[in-house]
Amino acid sequence: MITLDINGKTHELDIADDMPLLYALRNQVGLNGAKYGCGLGQCGACTVLVNDKPVFSCLTPCGALAGKSVRTVESLGSVDQPGPLQKAFIDEQAAQCGYCIAGMIVRAQALLEANPHPDDETIRRHMAPNLCRCGTHVRIFAAIKSVVAQGGKV
Amino acid sequence: MKRKTIIGAVLAIGVAGLGFAFWMMWRPEIATVSQHLNADRETLDRGRRVVEAGDCAVCHTRPGGAYMAGGLPLVTPFGTLFTTNITPDPQSGIGQWSLDAFERAMREGIARDGHFLYPAFPYVHYRKLSDADIADAYAFLMSVDPIKYTAPENHMVFPMNFRPLVSFWNLLFLHGDPLEPLPNRSAQWNRGRYLVEGAGHCSSCHSPLNLIGGEKGSELFNGGVVDGWTAPALHGMTEAQHPWNEAQLVAYLTGEVAEGHGAAAGPMLPVSLSIAQLPAEDAHAIAQYILDLKKTSSDAPSPPCTSGVKPSATALRGAALFEGACASCHGRAAPMRVIESRPALANTSAVRADSPRNLIQTILQGIPMSSAASSHYMPAFAHNLDDTHVAALAEYLRNESCANRPWTDLDKTIKSIRAQEQQP
Repeated sequence: MITLDINGKTHELDIADDMPLLYALRNQVGLNGAKYGCGLGQCGACTVLVNDKPVFSCLTPCGALAGKSVRTVESLGSVDQPGPLQKAFIDEQAAQCGYCIAGMIVRAQALLEANPHPDDETIRRHMAPNLCRCGTHVRIFAAIKSVVAQGGKV
Repeated sequence: MKRKTIIGAVLAIGVAGLGFAFWMMWRPEIATVSQHLNADRETLDRGRRVVEAGDCAVCHTRPGGAYMAGGLPLVTPFGTLFTTNITPDPQSGIGQWSLDAFERAMREGIARDGHFLYPAFPYVHYRKLSDADIADAYAFLMSVDPIKYTAPENHMVFPMNFRPLVSFWNLLFLHGDPLEPLPNRSAQWNRGRYLVEGAGHCSSCHSPLNLIGGEKGSELFNGGVVDGWTAPALHGMTEAQHPWNEAQLVAYLTGEVAEGHGAAAGPMLPVSLSIAQLPAEDAHAIAQYILDLKKTSSDAPSPPCTSGVKPSATALRGAALFEGACASCHGRAAPMRVIESRPALANTSAVRADSPRNLIQTILQGIPMSSAASSHYMPAFAHNLDDTHVAALAEYLRNESCANRPWTDLDKTIKSIRAQEQQP
């Protein structure tokens, strides 16, 4: 049995230590926001927060998560009440196919929680690990900038 | 009468002492110049190669900063230095330096205005360069974009913040003239020696340093520690249990994956990307010279690695972590393994080394994307795994490849490396 703290709720899961967190989130807990992209830590579609830091959940074994808090895109808002970054991504129409967006929002969330007023270069460098195959980076960047312009409160 | 003699003697010694100190610690300014000749294309190409061979940009360009504008912090046991702006900006860079001033800096470690440069700038090696190479490097540096930027103030501890003291350091360590080729060796070997001992300044990292930061002459190329990474010994690479050949070392030196060994990471990665900019003959020359460095008697032979010991409970836990965090790239059947003959982790020098440093550093920091043709990128695991996980992984991997020589002090090494790193 493994105990995971996900979005503030405790889950007792009958899974092996070596199961990547992404599989547990999607298959056991039913949180499908984080996506399986490459499974190699090269695309960022699976990004979630572990103790407020962005990590690739496809490369994070559940056995390494005792006592840590996991947050996924679902914790940042809902369809009716999207969080500031989610709202900005919608307003800027930053999604094309949408596969990378959960990871993008979560990585941006980590940045703004630590630094509400990042400059452009800091945003670009921070977001670099996450890829968008459709090429909407310019709109993703604009969405993050618009939250920063409103005070960076997430 | 007697008292007068004593006073006179004291005065004389005092004056002589002052004179000596002045002679030791004062260097004249060299006049500024305001114009530079426009060098021709061939000169600039040659100069660019000298500058790449010297890894100038590795230190003189900070992450995200302009080329050669300086500002990279160098953490030394004596405090933190910031590299200087060597673009031709007249005020904040070296735009007013004449070739004479540049050559004096390269050979003697004296800035144009006469102040002593700290030996983190490897003038003890650059002094071995030929006049022509120094002139070409000067021409090239004067041709890069001038950038107005002044690095932050150095934070050196007392008394090292008093630069003239460097003159005493120079007395001990600054010697040797431009290298003359050895007549009984091949042109390629001599070229390799010139690049390794001169511009490349390999021994700056690959030798242990003494208490005052000089390379220990008796232990040249015995390996050292730089930025928390092990710079391995360069002796006897052909005689190692897992020997290197020239093709493998050339691949390693030029930012590619060396078949059966792995690829450059940490502070060696930018160096390899610099060497990759040189003509291929230069990388071959460096490899030939390094592979000719024989084991010395002072190198304590480590017994060969053996595997097959029953894993401990910690190692078994490491094996589970490996499956979840590493196996998708490093597992036996991983598709990543078939690219460029990437070696099994058990064969990489990070896992076979006497110290676990480089394995721990690679797990925590990963390997950044690079400009190499096919980058050997690895994500950082500093936030995914905590210290006990990293230790378990290291114990597991070591047990797989070198069970007869387990690493001790894993926990302590991981803690000290974590403390040094400020993860963003």
